Amino acid sequence: MFFLLLLHLVIGIAIVAAGKMLGRRAFLVAAIAPLVTLLWAAAKAPGVLDGDPVTESFAWIPQLGIDIDMRLDAFALLMVAVISGIGLLICIYSMGYFSHDKPGLARLAGVLVLFAGAMLGVVLSDQLIALFIFWELTSVTSYLLIGNDDTNPRARAASMQAIFITGAGGLVLLAGLIIIGQAGGTYRMSELLADPPTGGAVNAGIVLVLIGAFTKSAQAPFSSWLPAAMVAPTPVSAYLHSATMVKAGVYLVARLAPMFAMTGSWRLVVMVIGASTMSIGGLRALRQTDLKLLLAYGTVSQLGFMMLLLGVGEYHIAEAGLVLILAHAAFKAALFMVVGIIDHETGTRDITELHGFGPSWRLVQVVAVVSAASMAGIPPLFGFVAKEKALDGYLEHGDFAGATAVLVVIVLASILTFAYSARFVLGVFGAFGDVDRPVVSRTAHAPGAVFVGPSVVLAVATIVFGIVPGLLDDLVEGATTALYPASEPKALHLFAGFNTALLLSVVIIVCGVLLTVLRTRVTGVQRRASEVIRPIPSGEQGYLGVLRGISAVANRVTATVQNGSLPIYIAIIILTVTLVPAAAFATEIGPLPQWVEEPAHVVLVAVMVAAALGASIVRHRIAAALMLGAVGYAMAGLYVARGAPDLALTQFSIETLSTVLFVLVLRFLPRSWRHRAPSIAAPMRIAVAAAVGVGIFIFALSAGNARSSVDEPSMSEVMVEQSLPKGKGHNVVNVILVDFRGWDTMGEITVLLVAAIGAVSLARPGRRRSDDHAPVFEEILDAGDEPALPEPLR
Amino acid sequence: MSVLLAFAAAFLFATGTWMLLQRRLSRILIGVGLVGHGSNILLLMSGGDGGVSPIIDTADPSEFADPLPQALVLTSIVITFGVTAFLLALGFRSWRITHDDVVEDDVEDRFIARRHETDQAIAEEELAERDQAVEEGRR
Repeated sequence: MFFLLLLHLVIGIAIVAAGKMLGRRAFLVAAIAPLVTLLWAAAKAPGVLDGDPVTESFAWIPQLGIDIDMRLDAFALLMVAVISGIGLLICIYSMGYFSHDKPGLARLAGVLVLFAGAMLGVVLSDQLIALFIFWELTSVTSYLLIGNDDTNPRARAASMQAIFITGAGGLVLLAGLIIIGQAGGTYRMSELLADPPTGGAVNAGIVLVLIGAFTKSAQAPFSSWLPAAMVAPTPVSAYLHSATMVKAGVYLVARLAPMFAMTGSWRLVVMVIGASTMSIGGLRALRQTDLKLLLAYGTVSQLGFMMLLLGVGEYHIAEAGLVLILAHAAFKAALFMVVGIIDHETGTRDITELHGFGPSWRLVQVVAVVSAASMAGIPPLFGFVAKEKALDGYLEHGDFAGATAVLVVIVLASILTFAYSARFVLGVFGAFGDVDRPVVSRTAHAPGAVFVGPSVVLAVATIVFGIVPGLLDDLVEGATTALYPASEPKALHLFAGFNTALLLSVVIIVCGVLLTVLRTRVTGVQRRASEVIRPIPSGEQGYLGVLRGISAVANRVTATVQNGSLPIYIAIIILTVTLVPAAAFATEIGPLPQWVEEPAHVVLVAVMVAAALGASIVRHRIAAALMLGAVGYAMAGLYVARGAPDLALTQFSIETLSTVLFVLVLRFLPRSWRHRAPSIAAPMRIAVAAAVGVGIFIFALSAGNARSSVDEPSMSEVMVEQSLPKGKGHNVVNVILVDFRGWDTMGEITVLLVAAIGAVSLARPGRRRSDDHAPVFEEILDAGDEPALPEPLR
Repeated sequence: MSVLLAFAAAFLFATGTWMLLQRRLSRILIGVGLVGHGSNILLLMSGGDGGVSPIIDTADPSEFADPLPQALVLTSIVITFGVTAFLLALGFRSWRITHDDVVEDDVEDRFIARRHETDQAIAEEELAERDQAVEEGRR
């Protein structure tokens, strides 16, 4: 399995790297990856369907117990068939869809392969963390594919929206997976299934996981990104945003439902969200005039349907969900392909601009009718089999609370599905054509075989699996058993006898026909209803609201934190550094040490304090520098008194050198500093300075105590002992500097060198500005059109 | 190790902080110097009480002042000097360009802070357009 992922990675990167060289042929190269995957899956299928999953494992972070465990069971096999089967067809279709020199084509083809690899990773991972990583990779590749046309602002906005919503959901998902993994003691799904964890934390974890799955599968209220993503090229929409990626959430829910459906609020949440998504998506699809948006909302609705089937944790119902995944992939991908063909040949996909097509379009129209009929649930097509199975599942095995309500929602939403499928077909035949609009479709030339072929293959599959669903029995039954080991799945039938499910199907079709016949009135009712519900924010408006909020908060934070005033930055930093630790140190002060070590210290400290005070008060620059020098000499005195002659010597010479430097520079500057309003008012500065002083005082006292409480020989004692034998020197301080801490001194020399280079290049006589006067702050501000800063800011 | 030295360090830090919060580079520089001296005292205090110079064969090692903090202080003195020299050069440069050594507020930052309202207005406009598109989609 790893070789498949690697193959996708290599092919994807190679195509991106090859760039323009390949042109449209990039998709031929891309097709290798799904083709190999299909062959591999076909080779493994017999064993897997016998209930003998293929596993591979790779120790990734053994310290954390995170291995990448891959497992191909029958459910994964079903997903692989969808991912690689549709992927292969999409590659062929893309050869017809894209023009040879479309910019960014190689990138699109390459990322499409990378996406396919990531998606395979999602369905093959048995390990939750690995699954999460592939899950995020699909989000990233989806982002790249939606925004592939990087000059189109709408594409960029849509890709941002998609990654915002699915990315945020991904983080929530990760939290949930970790909670579940920690509670269960393992991150392997196959082990969790045998012994699912329970408890309060797990209840929270499954809600988080569900939220993550809902964002990915565009469930309400997170569905807004999916219609927006329709700005992507149609092959991408057909592949990622109907057949595969959006099913990742459904996939995860299907995997975890057998473990957690009975835990906490799982089943309730799934039923409420799935039912709302299915209905809202259907209602919205019915209002669209853009064929692609119609399909997008239809996908949202169908994803809600899948949640209702795969998420409730009842294997008869889940079996129907598995059939629906296959049927939906077949008809929805074909419908998207049809829309792409129409869009490509006529330049529009708005049903008010389509007036029907000439005879050379019959094949495309047949594909559209067959696939839409499958979506509507008309026999003898694959979609009908799935819907029958679903209705039967809920009728016969929906013995849990709320099942009847869900069944009613499914029936109502299926009526909507019928209605929007019919709307699609009528749209393609030009029934909504506005006579005032230009006629584009009749004259459009017919698409080529490569372009139509893949959708024909899917339509044929829709018919074949509709008439002979038994062909899929092994796969669907195997997948059901993989999810629910103790299950006894029933065989698929096109016609299961005259039962209630069939009756409901008839009701759905009759009501759907009625809705279609009365479509002008339905549109009127919908318009009035949308006026009523307007005040309720939609998911899209919610997303925009969140964006607005983030931008407002970010602006405010930046304006506050990055205010441009160095003194304010320094005050904040220095207060944090001294006061936060001081609060902890204050508890460690203990008994006060002696007041004075030596009488000489009193004199030296008095000089120091007086000079420091002077340095900070005087307005005369050179006087202040000399006062600083006085502090330095007093320090030197202190070093002498404390038995540190080296320090005293260094201090004396450095202080003298510094004072000379000060005088050298300061003599250029005005003798004293005239007053300028500082950013921080004087009382505030005094308060900050005093707070820092207190903080340091507390720190000094408590740190001093810490030393006396240690009994072991200090490092200094070792250094004193070793100074002569190892360092061959009597002066211990010198030996430390040049020997024990020699590298440190080396670094110090480097720092000095860098500082010297900097100082020299700054002080070097540069060119003087000709106007002898550079604009300063106020002038820059006054010069612009910008309004003057409010007074407190200046 | 005494209360007096703790006080001296704290006082040097307080006056140094006061100077660091000024607008003049030359005053900030003096602040750096004062804070530097303060931290040298703290380093020295970490060696406990003073003693005789740590030179072998001149006294009994048990009477030595702790040599390690002294080595650290020595490094600190030299580095502080490097910083001082660099800042002085910076002040000199500032004087050459602006005839002053004031550290001005960052004008760009101010503009960014002020742009907050303008940005908000632009964003509102863009978002309103999208809102409208959404409305149309709903209809």
